[in-house]
Amino acid sequence: MDYALMQRVFPFFLEAAWITILLSVLTALLGLTCAMLGTAARLSRFPVLRFLGAAYVSVFRGTPALIQLFILYFGGPQIGIQLDAFEAGVIGLGVNVGAYMTETMRGAIIAVDKGQGEAARTLGMSLAQAMRNVILPQAMRLMIRPLGVNFNTLIKSTALVAAISVVELTYTAQRYIGSTYKPFEMFLIAGLLYMIIIYVVGLAVNWADRKARLN
Amino acid sequence: MSDQTPFIDIRHAKKSFGNLEVLKDINLQVERGQIVAIIGPSGSGKSTLLRAINDLDPLSGGEIWLEDKQINKSLPHRHYEKHINEVRQEIGMVFQHFNLFPHLKVRENVTLAPKMLKGLSDAQANALAEEQLDKVGMLERIDYYPSQLSGGQKQRVAIARALAMKPKVMLFDEATSALDPELVEEVNLVMKKLAEEHMTMIIVTHEMGFAESVCDRVLFMDQGVVVEEGPPEVIFRNPQNERTQNFLRKHLAGQQA
Amino acid sequence: MGLDFSVIPKYLDIVLLGALWTIAITVGAAIVSFFGGIFLAVTALYAPPVVRWPFRAFSFLFLGTPLLLQLFLIYFGLVQIGIDVPAFVAGVIGLGLHFAVYNSELFQTSILAVDKGQIEAARTLGLSRMQALRKVVVPQAVRDVIPPIGNNMIALLKDSALVSVIGVSELTLSAQRAIGSTYRPFEFYVLVAAIYYIINLAMEAVLRRVERRIQASK
Repeated sequence: MDYALMQRVFPFFLEAAWITILLSVLTALLGLTCAMLGTAARLSRFPVLRFLGAAYVSVFRGTPALIQLFILYFGGPQIGIQLDAFEAGVIGLGVNVGAYMTETMRGAIIAVDKGQGEAARTLGMSLAQAMRNVILPQAMRLMIRPLGVNFNTLIKSTALVAAISVVELTYTAQRYIGSTYKPFEMFLIAGLLYMIIIYVVGLAVNWADRKARLN
Repeated sequence: MSDQTPFIDIRHAKKSFGNLEVLKDINLQVERGQIVAIIGPSGSGKSTLLRAINDLDPLSGGEIWLEDKQINKSLPHRHYEKHINEVRQEIGMVFQHFNLFPHLKVRENVTLAPKMLKGLSDAQANALAEEQLDKVGMLERIDYYPSQLSGGQKQRVAIARALAMKPKVMLFDEATSALDPELVEEVNLVMKKLAEEHMTMIIVTHEMGFAESVCDRVLFMDQGVVVEEGPPEVIFRNPQNERTQNFLRKHLAGQQA
Repeated sequence: MGLDFSVIPKYLDIVLLGALWTIAITVGAAIVSFFGGIFLAVTALYAPPVVRWPFRAFSFLFLGTPLLLQLFLIYFGLVQIGIDVPAFVAGVIGLGLHFAVYNSELFQTSILAVDKGQIEAARTLGLSRMQALRKVVVPQAVRDVIPPIGNNMIALLKDSALVSVIGVSELTLSAQRAIGSTYRPFEFYVLVAAIYYIINLAMEAVLRRVERRIQASK
């Protein structure tokens, strides 16, 4: 194990880790936004919206995220979408992960006992009122952990943007493997940084989950 | 062959879980062909004693012998494993909850161990399975899965599975306790049949009537000790110890209620 | 530049050949991940600590890092220690190991969920611990875990696109070759997405059927 080399390249990995973090945060925000829209569409009373929601989930979960990214980044210019690699990464991954999060959110809402909604309606609440006051507060609690799993996957998925040359952790590891021929060392540094990021996010999810359970 | 030395010999058996002593110096000798019932309230240690005989719950102290072999020998792990696997082939065990293998058909439940451990061919193992299943009246269900059987049928298959290893002794751990009342009798009949064939058996049971009609000896256990033992007519008709009397009275009342 | 799908037919055979390789790599990696997963699970649960801990560390590392990074490690790492394998083999190993770790998590849960009485019954018949695991516990654990494993295999299909990065000529890389000579990325990537989507739907349909059969057999 070449520790001297590891020390020398570490600052560059650290810099790349910030890009990975930034990508993860922006992707998560976009993903959550897409998921809220997707969930609303899937539970809508309009068949057209339900169909669109289902199609979004099916297509984006049914094809590789890498290909979605390539269509956006390489194919985008053909249909008038010009994005730099970072922007394409955030949008491509965000929309992709949004499809997975849609299923998480919908699952949590369905899991809240149907009786809860009915009870609220018999008290005279409208569907929207029942959703807002009775179902969503309970569903929120249920979805924190599974969304945490989505975040975990998302962080690892950000590595895909290495394939469109965004200089994040995996791209940096790949470049240094190519120039130093030390794959194990480079893997360990990048791997360690990924695991720290995932660990911190895990702590945050646990904290949110505990807090939600106390209320 | 001399019947002077006991077939199964339990000497000073002790067992504790943490601070809780569940077996306190138990001694029990069983002769070849003898049928012994162990009765007692739950938590008395009767199941623990039975499970100690094939070392499922190893003793903390004392010795258990099957003929000239000590079962609970202290050996280095690797040797112990080999030893205990050999010993267990000679001891059949029947559980309260049957523990049939749900992924295997009745036939395969019976043939699995003989094929793996005794090197029987498919044909030999099948013949053996048919013979044993016939004995317990389950031959017709040989190609069923356990999930397709009633509780009583499952337990009969479990008995056939144990018998297929040609054990020297059979242990029954509350074999009928998990059954609906109307299914108890079919299992009891199989056990009676084994008794008629002079199979050595140790039976932990709540069925006092069955114990009385089938067993040669009855042990009453309470709080980790053998309170009283004797022939069934004495234990059930004329128990000497107050704890035995209380237990039987309560048990009888419970059955009538 | 606009879109022009008429360029596709000329390259369709290359792309479809790539699709066959994608299926081959998915099947190969699925097999590795299935048996590797069982092996890892049994090791993690039952091996002596000296063996167990290195394997646990490996699983920990592979659960916490991206597949793409792992592929780089395996492809260049094998070369580094003097084993020059074809990219296809490196891809199968990389994808297979990655999913073996995920499958192992599922297997461990389902092995532990098999009733304790099952091991006891097997042991009282005289089976050794390993024999009891092999013949009694693992077969039951596998049946319980087929639906989630199936979902992992569907994820594996989609992640197999990543091995294009280490030069395996599967569907994605075949499309890139066609794009190299036509400069029509949008058309070919959409075509590729459609092919993945169809294979994905087929796998889902098979999995639903298997799930129904398992339900019925319980």
